[in-house]
Order: sequence, then C-alpha cells, then structure tokens
Amino acid sequence: MARLGEIIYESQIWKSIFRHPMPVDRRNRIVVMLTNFFLHLHPVSIKKQGIALSYTWCMGGVTFFLFLVETVTGVLLMFYYRPTLEWAYNDILALRDIYSLGIMREIHRWGAHAMVITVWLHMYRVFLTGSYKPPREFNWVIGVILLLLTLLLSFTGYLLPWDQLAVWAITVGSNMARATPILGHEGPGHQFLTLGYPMITSGTDARFALLGARNVGEETLNRFYILHCIAIPLAVSLLLAIHFWRVRKDGGISGPL
Amino acid sequence: MHGISPQQFAGSVASFLWPYYLALAAMNGIFAYYLWQKSENRPFFSLPTPGFAFRFTPALLWTIVAIVYVFLASLAIGAHLESMPQVPQGFRDFVNASSKATIYSLGTTAVLVVLYLFRSWFVRPMVAWSIWNLMLLFLGLSMPDPNFFSIVAKPDNVPIVALVFLLAFFTWLAAYRAVENDRRMDEGLPPVEKLDDEKVLVWPDLVYTEMICMIALSAVLIFWAIWLQAPLEEPASSVKTPNPSKAPWYFLGLQEMLVYYDPWMAGVVLPSLIIVGLMAIPYIDFNKQGNGYYTIRERRFAYITFQLGFLELWVTLIVLGTLLRGPNWNFFGPYEYWDAHKVEALTNVNMSEYFWQYWLHRSLPTAPPNSTWSTQLGYILLREAPGIILVLGYFIMLPPLMAVTVLRRYYQRMGFIRYMVLANLLLFMAALPIKMVLRWTINLKYLIAIPEYFLNF
Repeated sequence: MARLGEIIYESQIWKSIFRHPMPVDRRNRIVVMLTNFFLHLHPVSIKKQGIALSYTWCMGGVTFFLFLVETVTGVLLMFYYRPTLEWAYNDILALRDIYSLGIMREIHRWGAHAMVITVWLHMYRVFLTGSYKPPREFNWVIGVILLLLTLLLSFTGYLLPWDQLAVWAITVGSNMARATPILGHEGPGHQFLTLGYPMITSGTDARFALLGARNVGEETLNRFYILHCIAIPLAVSLLLAIHFWRVRKDGGISGPL
Repeated sequence: MHGISPQQFAGSVASFLWPYYLALAAMNGIFAYYLWQKSENRPFFSLPTPGFAFRFTPALLWTIVAIVYVFLASLAIGAHLESMPQVPQGFRDFVNASSKATIYSLGTTAVLVVLYLFRSWFVRPMVAWSIWNLMLLFLGLSMPDPNFFSIVAKPDNVPIVALVFLLAFFTWLAAYRAVENDRRMDEGLPPVEKLDDEKVLVWPDLVYTEMICMIALSAVLIFWAIWLQAPLEEPASSVKTPNPSKAPWYFLGLQEMLVYYDPWMAGVVLPSLIIVGLMAIPYIDFNKQGNGYYTIRERRFAYITFQLGFLELWVTLIVLGTLLRGPNWNFFGPYEYWDAHKVEALTNVNMSEYFWQYWLHRSLPTAPPNSTWSTQLGYILLREAPGIILVLGYFIMLPPLMAVTVLRRYYQRMGFIRYMVLANLLLFMAALPIKMVLRWTINLKYLIAIPEYFLNF
C-alpha cells in the first residue's frame, strides 16, 4: 500500500495538480493555502479567537455552503423541470413520485429555507459584534444586498412548482407592487404620469414588469425561472466574490482592535 | 385533522414526538455528563444520609430531567392520544380565549424588555438551560393538539419553528458573552476576545472546522429531506383562491403590516426603507466602541434599536403572520380551529371622520358637484388637514425637537445630514408600533385617507 501511495504521489500527474507535498508540516501547511485555488481565499494564519465557533457561529460559511448546495441540486433539478404551464406541475409530480433523484427537490427546498435563516443569523452576529464598523462598512452594505438577493432567490423559486401554494404566494407577494408610488397603477401619484392618456395602467406598471403579464401566468413562470436560475445567481456570485475578497482586504476576520 | 382518522393523526404525532423526546433526553444527558465532568458541579443542597453524603447537584437534576423525557417518549410511542402527555384542555382554552393581536404584541414586547433588563440573571447557564427545556417541552406537550399540530407541523412552517429556537439560542449566546465582557470591562479588564492574541495556521485549524461544519450540515439537510416531504398542493388554479392566501414565510411580517398600512407603505416604502436603513447602519453608528467583541453596555442605543427592529418588529410579526393568522387574516390562538366563518366585528374610523364628525359634529368637507380638479383637491386637503398636520408634524417637527432634547448628543456628534437620516429612519420604524397602538385603542384606520389618489397613510 505504501508503495502504491508513493507511486501516486511521485507521479507526474499528481505533482502537476498538487505542486508540493502533503500539508503535514508547517512549511507545506503554509504553501497549501497559497497554491490551492479553493483555499487561497483564506489567509495563511489567523487569530485563534477570530475563528472560535462561539464567536463567529460559522453562519457566513454555512450560508455559502448552502448556496453551493442550492447550485448543485438546482442544476440537477433543471435537468428534469420544464418551466411551462403544460409541464411545470407534472415535472414536479414526477420528481416526487418517479425519479430517483427526486430527493434533490427536498434538499433544494429545505436548503433554501435554511439559507434564509442562516443569512439572518450571520447578519445578527455581525451586528452584535459590531463587525460592520470601520473599516468594514462597505462590506456590510454588500451583505445587505446579498440578503435582499437571497430573499429574491427564494421568492422566485417559490413559484416554480406551479401549485396552489406557489401561485397564490407569488400573487399575494407581488400584489404589493401594484401600489408602488407613481409606478404602480394603484399607487399614490400614478395619475401624474400622463401623456394626455394615463401612462401607468395595469399593463405598464411595476407589477407588470415583475410578472410579465397582468396576472401570474406563463410569462411570469418564464420570467421567474430565468431570474431564479440565471440572473440572480450570477449577481450573487459576483457579490459573494467581492464580499469574501473584502473580508481579507478590510482587515481579515473581525476582532477587538 | 382534515381527511385523516384520529388513529392516523395519533400515529403522525407519535412518529414526531417519541424521537423528539428521546433527542431531548440525550441533550439533557449530555449536559449532565458535561457538568459532572466539570469541577463546578456544586450541589444545590446536601442531605446527611447515613453511610454516604447525598448531594443534589445540577448534574443529578438534569439526569432526572433526561429520565423524565425518556418516560415521556415511552408514553408517546404508543400512539394513543389519551395517554400522550399534553397540555391540559383548560390551559388551551385559556390561551385561546386570551390571545389577541394586542396581547401577543404587547406580551412579546414585555418579555423582551424583561429579558433585557434582567439579562445578567437570564444568561446564567442554569437559568437559560431551564428556559430552553421549558420551551422545548411546551412544543412537545402542545403537539397532540390537532389544531396546534396542523399549523406547526405544516412543512413550510417548520423553518419558522426552527428559527424561533435558533434565535433563542443565539440571542442567549451573544448576551451571555456580552454580559461577561461588560462585567470584565467594569473591572478594567479587556474583553474575552482580546485575551487570546495567538495566531494559528488556517490549515488545519480553520479548514477542518469548515469541513466538519459542511459534513454536519449535509447530514442535517439529508435527514430533513428524508423526514419531511416538500409540500406540493393541487395544480395552480386562478379561480380557486385559498383562504388565507399567504406570501412565503419570510415576507409575512410585511403582509402582517398590511393590517395597519396600505400596500404602498407595507409592501413598497417600508421594505425599501428597511433595506436602506440596514445599509445606512455603519454610516450612522459613530460609536467606535464595541468593534469586534460582544458588548451591550458600550453600545446600548444601537443594541436596543436593532433588537427592537429585528426581534420584535421583524421576527415576532413573522411568527404572528405565519402561525396565528388564519382565514380572512383573522387572529387565531395557537390551539384554535381555523374557522373560516369567524367574524371579527371591527369598524375602523379615519382621522378626518374623528375630527369633522365626532369632534366638530359636521359632515366631511366635500367639493360641490361638477367642480374643477383644483377645487376638489382643495376640499380633499381641507378634509384631511388634521391628519396631514399630524403626519407632517411628526416627520418635520420631531427631528429638530429630538436634536435639542433626547438626541442632543447624537446631533452634536453626527452633523446635520447623518443626524437627519438617523432621525427619519427611527421615526419610520416607530411609525409601525404607533399605528398599531392607535388601531387597538381608538380603532384608527388612516391618519390621512385620500382614496381619490390612492394615498392612505
């Protein structure tokens, strides 16, 4: 066995992937952090109290892990799901009753709920330790945008099963957009946007822009599907990268000055 | 209990309860073992028994509690509702009869205030552990109630129940550390976080922690997914409106605000202000203390404001909207059947009606028929003048007033713009509880009611 390990570790393929020996001594534990793509977001060394679980609660990391879980299970679900009135509900039924990968839907849904909770807890911890204070002000702002995007991800995904629960939750949730000041057709001040005829109607207002139609329908399903699977995840990925990068640039993990 | 027999119901309750009680027993057993291992297991009292000294220690107490939980589990596993441990019917009737939106909101506020004021007592591990056990026991004993079970065990509501317990735990953890730090700083010592300046290598210390977290979380998710099927109702139908129609649970605080505000406020303006206000926090909090460690005393204002906004106005409203609002958005007690025919007689009155009709005994000012657009607007403004003056006074008069009185120190430290942002955010935040109290006390519907322009406030 030891011989086999030696053959593998000495092979050109292994060495081309991992350019240094196993991280078992101090030197290689430092080198691994600098040469591994997935590890290089971390610093090489860190304050011991800064990573104590009773201090950080690990909630930021947990949230990121849940985002990855949602991405992987979401991609698998996309193989089985068609966002049309004809197929959406039936595909979910099939995921529940037929496909052996159907458990992915459960993991995806509970993971989404859990992600909303862990984002809140992460934010709660950051507030309670005053970690948004200078020099980390702007990273807090990015975090708030990520919070909003997490809620929107969850909200757009809620519609996709196309059952009673989904459609009416989105109907109730998006009805508010009707009342957007000036831009909603039942909002205060929309009468003032006029070109001789009213500019803001149920066919042109903020809710219409959100739903792609006057009511939650096939256009909405398509719109929410794109938002859920492509648009928002792209934005989240970009902001996550900045969020993590700035943790390092703004002085590392927080702690007393 | 719709569509399932009492036996099936008892079976589903039992399948939740017996593993639940066993888990609680294990939790208390582990805690007792931990206390026993620690040298701080000081006995509550000792009995001079012949032969050996009987010492009633915390470890013994929590061992007994663990045994009681095992006993409860054995009662639950039989799946007979009669023998299942549950809260007495009289208590349930009392809770149902006395629970209203007012009692709930004032009660949660009072609880938070008491927890805050006596935090140094509540964070003591023995006290906190007792409360934690009572919360969990309350949930277990309530589960055999069919109405309670049907709401709490609804798959999409499970996250909220989890959220309540997680928040209880993490609020305790943060407060425990803050109380400890505050005590230390009183004695002139640095906060706990500052004691250990040692640096460690990320590999292995952090990387392994992350990996263990990932594995544990994966296990939790997989068990959750196996145990609880994702909800799937009937196919969507635009003609069958469910009653109640609810948004996803994280937006139910906003939906609950619809009781007190029109959609343009509850659904658009206030949520936007929440986001803007959160973003503004680092720029309006000029307090340099409390950066990177838990403390309450060094940043009391920030702490209280945030907890009021998050725990009271956000989380308890979500719990209210999710668990206690039934058909027609009526309030239902936790053990109450969701009866779609429940009628709540409530006539709400606008500020203008109070002013013109009740106090001046006149009819509302109304524009003469066929009058011009501007005349109509003039009459509307006259009609709503009392409310407009009140609201404008609130938003325009109060910030400068507070700047020279209660918030004087803040105004001097912050400068004009930052102070105005803070003051207005605070006023908007306070507008919700104020409107709630006005609704409960004088049935006030709107301060400003201009349905002609969809502007109700």
